[in-house]
Amino acid sequence: MTTITFQIHDGSEQPIEAETGIPLMEAAVENDVPGIDGDCGGMAACATCHVYVDEAWCQKLGERTPAERAMLENSFDVQENSRLACQIPVTEELDGLRVEVAPS
Amino acid sequence: MSAPSSVVVIGGGQAGQQTVASLRKQGYEGSLTLVCAEAHLPYQRPPLSKAYLTGELPARRLTLRTEDWYANQDIEVVHEAAVGIDREAAAVVLAGGRRLGYDHLVLATGAENRRLTVPGAELSTVMDLRTKDDADALAAVLTTAEDVVIVGAGFIGLEVAASARKQGANVRVLEIADRVMERVLSPEASAYFARAHAEAGIEVRLGTGIAAVEGGIGREDCGEGDCRATGGSGSGGSAGGTNRDRGGSADRDGRVTGVVTSTGEHLPADLVLSGIGAVPRTQLAEEAGLEVDRGIVVDAALRTSDPAISAIGDVAVFPDGSGRRVRLESVQNASDQARFLAQSLLDGSEVPGTYAAVPWFWSDQGSHTLQIAGLRDDCEETVLLPVDGPEEFIAAHFARGRLRCVETVNRAGEHMAARRALATDVVPSAEEARAPGFDLSRWVRESVQRA
Repeated sequence: MTTITFQIHDGSEQPIEAETGIPLMEAAVENDVPGIDGDCGGMAACATCHVYVDEAWCQKLGERTPAERAMLENSFDVQENSRLACQIPVTEELDGLRVEVAPS
Repeated sequence: MSAPSSVVVIGGGQAGQQTVASLRKQGYEGSLTLVCAEAHLPYQRPPLSKAYLTGELPARRLTLRTEDWYANQDIEVVHEAAVGIDREAAAVVLAGGRRLGYDHLVLATGAENRRLTVPGAELSTVMDLRTKDDADALAAVLTTAEDVVIVGAGFIGLEVAASARKQGANVRVLEIADRVMERVLSPEASAYFARAHAEAGIEVRLGTGIAAVEGGIGREDCGEGDCRATGGSGSGGSAGGTNRDRGGSADRDGRVTGVVTSTGEHLPADLVLSGIGAVPRTQLAEEAGLEVDRGIVVDAALRTSDPAISAIGDVAVFPDGSGRRVRLESVQNASDQARFLAQSLLDGSEVPGTYAAVPWFWSDQGSHTLQIAGLRDDCEETVLLPVDGPEEFIAAHFARGRLRCVETVNRAGEHMAARRALATDVVPSAEEARAPGFDLSRWVRESVQRA
């Protein structure tokens, strides 16, 4: 299990225990993180799992996937550190990761 | 009107599940019951024709929420069919006789597949796909099937065609219309997919229906021509299905050996998949006297003709922004309507608001990801936008000169840009789109910034 902390819209923090091997989006949905919907089931097709990754962690997560990049270039409220949580596989190296749920 | 003290949701699909999840997420504390006729907890349906069918996605990840989650959220899941609504007593009647009282009732009953009715349609390897059980049965037969005939070139038919082809089967698709996905795609997008599937080795026969399915009870019962026995397809068995052999030789197991097309041609087949569309499940609503017209009719707040009852998802006929009544079968529609409804029930205001969301759809067919933003049905003009290669496609559709719908293949960026434009109603004109080198993403980025 990997502990990942989500900062949600109201400013509060929600740490979750994420199963390794599954996408971060699925772990967030299973733990009812508000603002993470994952409607397309993880195909990088809906942008309902948009998060901002804590700067210190951006490098560790690697590059955005091509579909993810295309989606994010055209989504709302995109920042340098935007990612789609469905494209981030949970690994043990991510223990302690902090992300903020993007608005809308 | 204050928030209801008890909510019953009928239907354990995406819409029903999202309703109970959103109600709890948004702080609803009253009694909450999900009536789910299937034996499984609610699960995702889109992968059933794709990653789950081919074994890439395990069953565990298909399930939307675990049993523990429902217990922790204090949501009762009743695995039983609802057989009636007693509106006077405000209660749902279950098949076993139990009655569930409700303060508010949500009908998320979905749709069911149209069934093939041609001779031979009762054979055990004539299958269709809607549920996890259907997918399990289909996957078991697919592993040994050599010749697959798919009836209907819609989303489901072509997604399964791509999955079956990937697993090495010979795949033929019969489509009565003169182009693929005629009901949902523009002629330009249909042409893209006709070519894509042909290149993948899938044979699509347009203007061709199915007249009969052959097999099951031995050669003497077959029509003339190429009527093969099922030998060589192994002993895969009738997984999940009942043995509907009509008394012929037992080793035939009621399996398909071929089909006869509407043009009189015989094609070999050991599996026939029917993907000929769906009809909304309106029976409960009709019997309860609610307004039904090709779906359960709801107002802009998704309430039926009885304000204590709402309908959402595949089954609901709702007014879209321009006042037309539409019924949409998609995950987006199910999820967005569920979230809207949960919020509006909790608001408890006199005027429950207006549901408005840009509809979008997707379908993965082999290496081609189709995405559609908006509705194309009242568009008069189409502009094909430039792309970077033969595996990409963008068609922009305009109504009264304004962008209303965009179809893309493998162009997620333009899809997202279109959704953003349609959601904010800052859209390019057909004239702008016709300019050489028009870039939809750039146009939307710049226009939204200006706005």
